[in-house]
Amino acid sequence: MKEKKENKKQSRRDFIQSSARYTMAIGIGALGGLVYSKSKAGEYVWQIDPFVCTQCGRCADECVLAPSAVKCFHAFDLCGYCDLCGGYFKPGVMDLNTGGENQLCPTSAIKRSFVEDPFFQYTIDEELCIGCGKCVKGCSSFGNGSLHLQINHELCVNCNQCAIAQMCPSDAITRVAADAPYKIKGDFTKPTS
Amino acid sequence: MNTRIIKILAIFSGLLLSVITFAQQRFPRPDFETDYEAPTILAPEPRQGILEYLDVFILFIVLSLTTWLILKKRSRKGVLYVSIFTLIYFGFYRNGCICSIGAIQNVTLSLVDPTYAISLTALAFFMLPLLFALFAGRVFCGGACPLGAIQDLIIIKPIELPIGIRRALGLLPYLYLGLAVLYAATKTDFIICRYDPFVGIFRMDASFNMLVLGGSFLIIGMFVGRPYCRFLCPYGVLLSWMSGVSKKHLTITPSACIDCKLCERSCPMDAINKPVTDPVSKKRDVNRFVLSTMLIPLWILVGGFIVSKSNIYLSRANRTVNLAELLITHPELKSDPDHIDIQTFLASGKTMDTLVEEASVIRNQFYFGGWILGGFLGLAFGIIFTRKTIYRDRTDYEPDKGNCVSCGRCMDFCPVGKEDLTTLMNLKN
Repeated sequence: MKEKKENKKQSRRDFIQSSARYTMAIGIGALGGLVYSKSKAGEYVWQIDPFVCTQCGRCADECVLAPSAVKCFHAFDLCGYCDLCGGYFKPGVMDLNTGGENQLCPTSAIKRSFVEDPFFQYTIDEELCIGCGKCVKGCSSFGNGSLHLQINHELCVNCNQCAIAQMCPSDAITRVAADAPYKIKGDFTKPTS
Repeated sequence: MNTRIIKILAIFSGLLLSVITFAQQRFPRPDFETDYEAPTILAPEPRQGILEYLDVFILFIVLSLTTWLILKKRSRKGVLYVSIFTLIYFGFYRNGCICSIGAIQNVTLSLVDPTYAISLTALAFFMLPLLFALFAGRVFCGGACPLGAIQDLIIIKPIELPIGIRRALGLLPYLYLGLAVLYAATKTDFIICRYDPFVGIFRMDASFNMLVLGGSFLIIGMFVGRPYCRFLCPYGVLLSWMSGVSKKHLTITPSACIDCKLCERSCPMDAINKPVTDPVSKKRDVNRFVLSTMLIPLWILVGGFIVSKSNIYLSRANRTVNLAELLITHPELKSDPDHIDIQTFLASGKTMDTLVEEASVIRNQFYFGGWILGGFLGLAFGIIFTRKTIYRDRTDYEPDKGNCVSCGRCMDFCPVGKEDLTTLMNLKN
């Protein structure tokens, strides 16, 4: 008699447990199905929209990496190859030479080389670039805006939530599909809308 | 002759293109007389997508292996090796991202934000451990979680925490889970990732504050088994729900418990339930059970009321709300050229009214979210309180299905079926 009661009790507990289990399973299944319907194959990476970026300089400080994974990219197609480059020289510079006191870049990451009179080529040494955006601001204010900031995906660790995006005052950093990971000016032109 | 024509054509078409594309350029691209060619822009590709699926595959393998080691092979050593692999691969090699704990936020965001498409990897990382927990308990915690592994490996001399402290601290994961979902749903922040104490160690680039946090977790973890898992991990809440009703689960003994008490102190996570038989207190417990069940709606209302009232404080973490508040309380900051957020806002051409409107929408979301969060916390508190009053006879030493993280230590301590008792004696000493 007692044994029978025990058995009954045991099976009631089992019944509750298994029905709870099936409820949970259906719950996860439903949640998973709902999320799956909105999911997309392929990965996402973070990238800066250079047309939204306001060159505030936070990219240099807020990235989890030091130095930042944000680097200056140079769209040569847009460059005017100016002698007096707004991205290279500090405003009001006296002599247009490569002297350190003339350079806008705090780490001297921009290399200026002579092409032909009166044009100069400017290239970025990414090893030195810290992504502060000072040159980008100069180039956008006084030049064509060919210098712009991009996240270098060789360096980016692709955090679940980008620490820079969180602090970006202009919301320029968004998730983009991993098969089109860059928004390089020239290839990627400003949306007309 | 021919090449010359091509050259002319090329220059002409180049000119034409440049006029169309770069009509607004201040300084047009010069026509070089020398054969200058611009360097190509180096844009290294991100990690290949196929490798992301490799991560899902490895997670699946690790989970299956841990399940087998826990349920069939009953090998603590095997689980230890698996967790070392997890620490190295998911922790140090993959930098702890993506992880199942953080994937809660991706899932939440994908539910509320129609523009956000969650990646299949994140979804798989969220779902797989839960499904395994439903079948075999928290094998994810034991073998596949890098955060669990780093804490499991440094347990030196665990002390037994008093049950009261455990219950009180056990409420924290519910709070953390609720806040993480609230902040993800309002698109404010991913707080699980931001305040992950170990990711800075995996990446070896922690900021000073996070290093102090991670370091103190590890130091505490030498004496309190897995402090993050037990008293903070939001994913552990979901896993314990699943594991509580799991089909199979780790058992301390391979056959029948002989109540030898050898395993009693083997669990650093205090997740072994001791045998209890106390028929006297049953009657009193029934009354308490009914009373505390009836109190649950009250807890829900109280929780919802308190948290929804604190929406002003909670919503300050949101950048839009924070900016709007700052501009209203300190309008003189508008002339501060060093305040980047305010200067960017002023330059964007957005009016103050739009900003305030956006901020109040977000604050409203926090108000409603606060009711849900508070209600959830009240429900969790009520259920934990009620479960305390449920009295259940237990004749054997059993793992607590909800709290057991399937590390497998207790299995080594059980003498049943072990012929070689000397190893057991060594363990005891």
